[in-house]
Amino acid sequence: MSSKKEPELPARPKTRFSRRGFLGVGISGGALGTALLEREAVAAPANVAGPGPVAITLNINGKPVNLTVEPRVTLVDALRNYLDLTGAKKVCDRAACGTCTVMLNGKSVYSCAVLAIDAQGKNIETIEGITSPEKMHPVSAAFWNNDAQQCGYCTPGFVMACKGFLDEHPNPTADQVKHGLGGNLCRCGTYMGVRAAVLEAAKAAKGGKNG
Amino acid sequence: MQSFEYANPATLQEALALLAPRWGQADILAGGTDLISLMKDYLHTPKRVVNIKNLKELEGIQKTDAGLRIGALVTMDELAKNADVRSGYKSLADAAAGIPSPQIRHMGTAGGDLCQRPRCWYYRQGFGLLAMKDGKSLVPGGENKYHAIFGGGPAWFVSASSLGPALVALGARVKLVSAKGPREVPAAKFFVAPKDEASREIALRPDEILTEILVPAAVVKSATYEVRQKEALDWPLATASVALTMKGNAVASAKVVLGHVAATPWEAADAEKALAGKTITPATAEAAGKAAVTGAQPLSQNAYKVTLAKVAVKRALLEAVKAPKA
Repeated sequence: MSSKKEPELPARPKTRFSRRGFLGVGISGGALGTALLEREAVAAPANVAGPGPVAITLNINGKPVNLTVEPRVTLVDALRNYLDLTGAKKVCDRAACGTCTVMLNGKSVYSCAVLAIDAQGKNIETIEGITSPEKMHPVSAAFWNNDAQQCGYCTPGFVMACKGFLDEHPNPTADQVKHGLGGNLCRCGTYMGVRAAVLEAAKAAKGGKNG
Repeated sequence: MQSFEYANPATLQEALALLAPRWGQADILAGGTDLISLMKDYLHTPKRVVNIKNLKELEGIQKTDAGLRIGALVTMDELAKNADVRSGYKSLADAAAGIPSPQIRHMGTAGGDLCQRPRCWYYRQGFGLLAMKDGKSLVPGGENKYHAIFGGGPAWFVSASSLGPALVALGARVKLVSAKGPREVPAAKFFVAPKDEASREIALRPDEILTEILVPAAVVKSATYEVRQKEALDWPLATASVALTMKGNAVASAKVVLGHVAATPWEAADAEKALAGKTITPATAEAAGKAAVTGAQPLSQNAYKVTLAKVAVKRALLEAVKAPKA
């Protein structure tokens, strides 16, 4: 295998047009001629970027943030190492533990398995965007009340996962809570506290609405 | 992770033009739940990563007279919640919903589920897909408690696909497209037990994109049952997916496919024979489970999987006809 010459990758396309990818505007395949693509793409980012650093814009907690990263930089690394948003933690770094959980367009995801460049054009919500010591999110407050943490390292990821779960299941049963948090691990084993916190947060949210 | 260039094509044709004729040059990125980890571990070191998430033609679930069309970009979450899937193809919905992590269900795609690489720890630690050393696999004499009990090697890893067994049982086809054109492969032939280190465990070629999954319309009762060690964040130890065509209360024909027990979804032909003409009761389901593991060749540490596979078949059958579990 090593003695054979590696075939070259097909060349980068000459057209530059990937605005649609970042703006989410649909262009159906084959409907547009090359000329139109070329015309449209003036000053738009190329559809092939990197491998060197690339200027990107991320929408984090409602604000556009500009940064320059290589395509291989993951979202969790961009948040922690480039933007000083260290709430999302990096533990397994293999999409298996949940400490890096953030919301992408309203859905909980592992930010260690998302390329930062790939998160452009999406609403990214981190723990810093939903809660603070001064103004605690109902889920954070419920964690506090229910002693739902020991060492606390999994907590930001858990709070985001719980928020995502409650957005989808405003009136959860205990069983739904158990299964709905299957994407996060706590090595201290504080699952009972976390489940109690989710049920309390659900009740608190309802009380708030009704009251 | 090795650096790479990131391509963001807008159409299938553009995406296909960015792929290479040999493995290792370009990788396809959809949900990223496997590829990003593979790249971090230097198991995949592509020069180019082709993001296919903007290809609208790969989205959506459509029910037609011919059956169900599932776009490759449909997430496991969408699949688990889709009303048409839940009502007519329960085994598929079971398989997607069975993935315990909501984050994985939100990110992971149907196409990615079929194309993910094995979780075998020899492969993941860099020993190669077949873990060969001096012409012999390290697995039979090594740490093999999560490995295959069927197939007889040299591929001892188990297929990691959650949807695979259900798709094989339902007689689905997979559409693969290259710049030269499309082709359709039965799900049963999509998964391949590689015989040498240079081969892959799926029929996809390096210049192809899996665009959709086609499940034929059929009046079947189906279910998938998984046995896991943990409730959270884990792959199953053994699964069984069944699809039954009924004639009254009796089984006219049955498909029984085991998962996580071989390098491919494993068709249990003896179980299918054992079920023909029978009504599903705890006794006939148990007999089918027993038949399903005929010919199992467990390794030194995984004989327990034979029992789990047996139980999975029994429970999947009872679930499919909604008989009480005994």
